[in-house]
Amino acid sequence: MSQGILLFVEQRDGVLNRTTLEALVASQQLAAGMSESLSAAVLGSGVSAVASEIAAKKLDKVYIAEDSKLAEYTPDGYTAALRQVIEKLDPRYVIFSHTYQVRDFAPRLTAALGKTFVGDCIGYKLEGGALLLTRQIFQGKINTDVGVSTEPPIFISFQTGSYRADQAAAGESTAQIENFTLDMSGVELRAKPEEKFQEAKQAVDLTQAERIVSVGRGIKSEENLGLVKDLAEALGAELAASRPICDNEWLPMDRQIGSSGQTVAPKLYLAVGISGAIQHVVGMKNAQTIVAINKDAEAPIFDIADYGIVGDLFEIVPALIAEAKKSQG
Amino acid sequence: MNIVVCLKQVPKKDSILRIGADQKWIDERDLSYEMSEADAYALEEALRQKEKHGGEVIVISSGPERVRQSIKEALAKGADRAIHLTDPLFNSGDPAVIARALAGALKNEKFDLIFTGLQSDDYGFAQVGLILAEMLGLPSATIVMEVQPEDSGVRVKRELESGWFQWVKLPMPALLTIQSGINQLRYATLKGIMAAKKKEIKEVKAADIGFTESDAISAQSIQRAYFPEKTKRTEIIEGKPAEAAAKLMEKLRFDARVF
Repeated sequence: MSQGILLFVEQRDGVLNRTTLEALVASQQLAAGMSESLSAAVLGSGVSAVASEIAAKKLDKVYIAEDSKLAEYTPDGYTAALRQVIEKLDPRYVIFSHTYQVRDFAPRLTAALGKTFVGDCIGYKLEGGALLLTRQIFQGKINTDVGVSTEPPIFISFQTGSYRADQAAAGESTAQIENFTLDMSGVELRAKPEEKFQEAKQAVDLTQAERIVSVGRGIKSEENLGLVKDLAEALGAELAASRPICDNEWLPMDRQIGSSGQTVAPKLYLAVGISGAIQHVVGMKNAQTIVAINKDAEAPIFDIADYGIVGDLFEIVPALIAEAKKSQG
Repeated sequence: MNIVVCLKQVPKKDSILRIGADQKWIDERDLSYEMSEADAYALEEALRQKEKHGGEVIVISSGPERVRQSIKEALAKGADRAIHLTDPLFNSGDPAVIARALAGALKNEKFDLIFTGLQSDDYGFAQVGLILAEMLGLPSATIVMEVQPEDSGVRVKRELESGWFQWVKLPMPALLTIQSGINQLRYATLKGIMAAKKKEIKEVKAADIGFTESDAISAQSIQRAYFPEKTKRTEIIEGKPAEAAAKLMEKLRFDARVF
């Protein structure tokens, strides 16, 4: 009979991915709420330091599943290895952090096992013993509570930032670490990864900016960018953008805020014509003061803004520039 | 090189969404639809590969009659033929159900690559492509930014987190999920729209692919849909533009003290 919660521990080159600690917080709460045991699995090669780091947290057991075929992440290697761990341990829940790596293999793994994966959750609810997982649809505009009707294990990933890593409870004593023996002999790694690399060094370090004016799709065309540039200048702010602007090459990639760009926490983040898709929000939600200017009163950006102006940015931004200049004068 | 592109039609990006009467989905009345953004980029990439290397682009999409409009758009842009999964049995809020339908319809197709968008703009599962790959026994790569066919397979540039990238080589056939923005989308030309009228759109029902009631069972389903509670109290500043601007600047200066 399936029991317990298994947390997938993500590491790269022997370094723990911090978002795993967020998923650990969710797992610890879930384990307490459902009176389940909690264990963790670290996959890789030479990952005992990562296992020790996790074993210091409040959980029952840490499994190390090592193999030379896991030295570099591949979807085939990770799918096969984690499948073996899950088939042996038979957990009720398998929990991940919703990282790019997890997105690359967890759906394959669940399909291979004939199970279901509720991905990118922002929380959960226990209602009369039943687990409901909260995930957002329409790019953060609507929340849903999702129920699962298959036999365990149930696979769940939590979105980055949904839980706070610093709330991970430490253990009273170090959890037991156990080596899990994999048989990877028959596993073919079809994808052959090359070295990871970064594009040309980032010219603009937005993480150091005190104030940021950020522009999104609402600006409509490249010609209109001058308007937000003027606003940034008038406010003594750096100019940044959401992904569509950089995809269109209206601004260079190093100005992009969000999951695929920079993560910032300035004193002021002024979002102009940005709807607030989750991929953008994860890069700026920790700003001290968030201002949103958007024509759509329902835009998700208003859910996290401190101040909002609903209206036409082409009328509001010029007024703001005039006002900012007035106070300088 | 033959490429299959999985397309999804979703409500237009600027749609005002309302919760439906059953409180489990949106109210679909009075909505306009479009091709999900990442899928549009996947289609564009397939068309570019075809222009460079020859072959055929086949689009496949599931959904009601309205979906034909997006299929026709794809054909007008240059796709060669289409498969439309029209059976209501395929409709599901479970990514595995739609992947099963796609797998059934593609089983007898000859292709070198399958492209999907990274994730759809409605459910945003980012799963259907990978489940399909698993069902068809294909290798996969996600969040692909560049596609280079080679003699022995395909080399793709994957986006990792925080500005990191990685090239990965895969044997073909393979499935790739394409990131938005990897190319510039084209518009359909009048000539393309005319040519599309002659292109095949094959309709596929459940019985055609041996898809049964039990294949349609959803393992996960939405129990409730609702607007998110605000995590912050947002102060909406009212008034004419000049008025609102003055009020905002005052708040930023004296309350938020950001200067």
